[in-house]
Amino acid sequence: MIRATDIALAGRLQPLSLALEPGALVCLVGPNGSGKTSLLHALAGIGAPAGRVEIDGVEVKSAPRAQRARLLSFLPASRDIHWPLAGRDAIALSGASAAQVEAAIDLLDLGTLATRRMDRLSTGERSRILIARALAPEPALLLLDEPTANLDPLWQLRLLDLLHGRSALVAMHDLDDAAAHADRLIVMNEGRVAADGPPEEVMAGPAIGAVFGIERASGRWRPLRTQGGPRSSR
Amino acid sequence: MSARATFLLTLLLGTATALSLAVPWGDLAALFEEDRRLVWAVLVELRAPRTLLALIYGATLAASGAAVQALFANPLASPDLTGTTSGAALGAVVTAYLIGLSSPLALSLGAVAGALGALLLLLALAGPRAETATLLLAGLAISALAGALTTLALALAPSPFAFYDAYDWLMGSLVDRSLAQAAFAGIPAAIAILLLLRLSRPLDALALGEEVAESMGYRIAHLRRWVVCLTAVGVGACVAICGAIGFVGLVAPIFARGLTGGHPGRALWPAALIGALLLAAADLAVRAAPLGRTLPIGVLTALLGAPFFLWLVANMRWRMSR
Repeated sequence: MIRATDIALAGRLQPLSLALEPGALVCLVGPNGSGKTSLLHALAGIGAPAGRVEIDGVEVKSAPRAQRARLLSFLPASRDIHWPLAGRDAIALSGASAAQVEAAIDLLDLGTLATRRMDRLSTGERSRILIARALAPEPALLLLDEPTANLDPLWQLRLLDLLHGRSALVAMHDLDDAAAHADRLIVMNEGRVAADGPPEEVMAGPAIGAVFGIERASGRWRPLRTQGGPRSSR
Repeated sequence: MSARATFLLTLLLGTATALSLAVPWGDLAALFEEDRRLVWAVLVELRAPRTLLALIYGATLAASGAAVQALFANPLASPDLTGTTSGAALGAVVTAYLIGLSSPLALSLGAVAGALGALLLLLALAGPRAETATLLLAGLAISALAGALTTLALALAPSPFAFYDAYDWLMGSLVDRSLAQAAFAGIPAAIAILLLLRLSRPLDALALGEEVAESMGYRIAHLRRWVVCLTAVGVGACVAICGAIGFVGLVAPIFARGLTGGHPGRALWPAALIGALLLAAADLAVRAAPLGRTLPIGVLTALLGAPFFLWLVANMRWRMSR
């Protein structure tokens, strides 16, 4: 069980508590600046968040680093290269065992890409290396910020299939993809949770229209035409 | 680093150390005939400080270079190109000629303060993850400013011989230092290197970006403070005794990463060994050069290092334009 109690990031995320079931793929949606990344950061311990995160009874903050690698891993939204490492070396830095590194390379079908320097790969190929790095140590909780961005349609599908059965909190922008693959859907708005529940319920509820200012009409998403604007501007 | 590379580096380092102590051999042989105690005195009092300083200064520059490169995520960062050595030199000159304190301790403290000031200014100007151009420009500006202020301090110095006095030292020199001076540079530098080596893992994690490193449980603000302070202490202590020596801190980490698969943090230890080897070799070359007088070692490292730097820049440009 994964429990976050009163986690908050000053100015970005209002205090909130959250429980995630093991093995559930939870998708996190919300407009730009709504706090998706901040929630992932707060759970991953980035930027000195307040509150407490407990995974399988272990408090993440006080866990030794070797254990922490098995508790959670985080994929940032940026695919920037910080240092021109080879893919395999970057994956190995995750704290995974040699066997886990090879398994992750096979899982994302990286083959010879893993031997090349990351600055010589395309953004999508680099994304797969970085996703492999997050998956390699087989952590109890995956925190992925827009993992499907930059991936081709086939890899988007393969990735979402890969994530089934793993405990993951995944920020993404495509509402239909999120609703189709998630076991649970969380809608963020202005640093708070605006809706949280099974995807069908959330998608049918009022939150989507209220938060995003869009509606589904004849099978397509379009801007809401209600008066007064759909969401307060920040 | 493979066992073979470690063995080879250690062997080369041992050879350089032995040569540095033994050359010129003729004097020692002649003394050996006269009085064996004199041989010992020459080795310990005259030659050992120079050898020790070459090894420890080279290792300090290289380890700091590797750490600063990892911290700024930039393979062109190094203590000299970022203005740290110039800052340390300014600190030492101000302490010696304006404040009038010339004990090794005062010089070391002055140089460490100067190095720290230069690094903090660099962080403020260029930011923690600067582009190469920004970083080098900020470094250039700091070096220029520190250089100008050093000259100004020497011009304002009460002693009319300040320029002449400081010249050899400013160009970087290991000659005629005492064992006590070697200890003043060597002990803080050795401590700084050992503590920097402990940061290998977090610096490797930083290769994945700040967010990922923090999610792995490393405190990046903390790491940045340590690298800055340890670099300032190591470089400052060495500059106070031996003056500014350039390019070893740039070149050694680049060679070292060839041995460690490109990991920035893991390169710290081999970089320190290579740096020690490079400076010991440069010192041997300076002694062997048939010039009639001893060339300041900083001149030799700049003569060899600057073209290497130019090659790196050209190589980067070529890669970007491809």
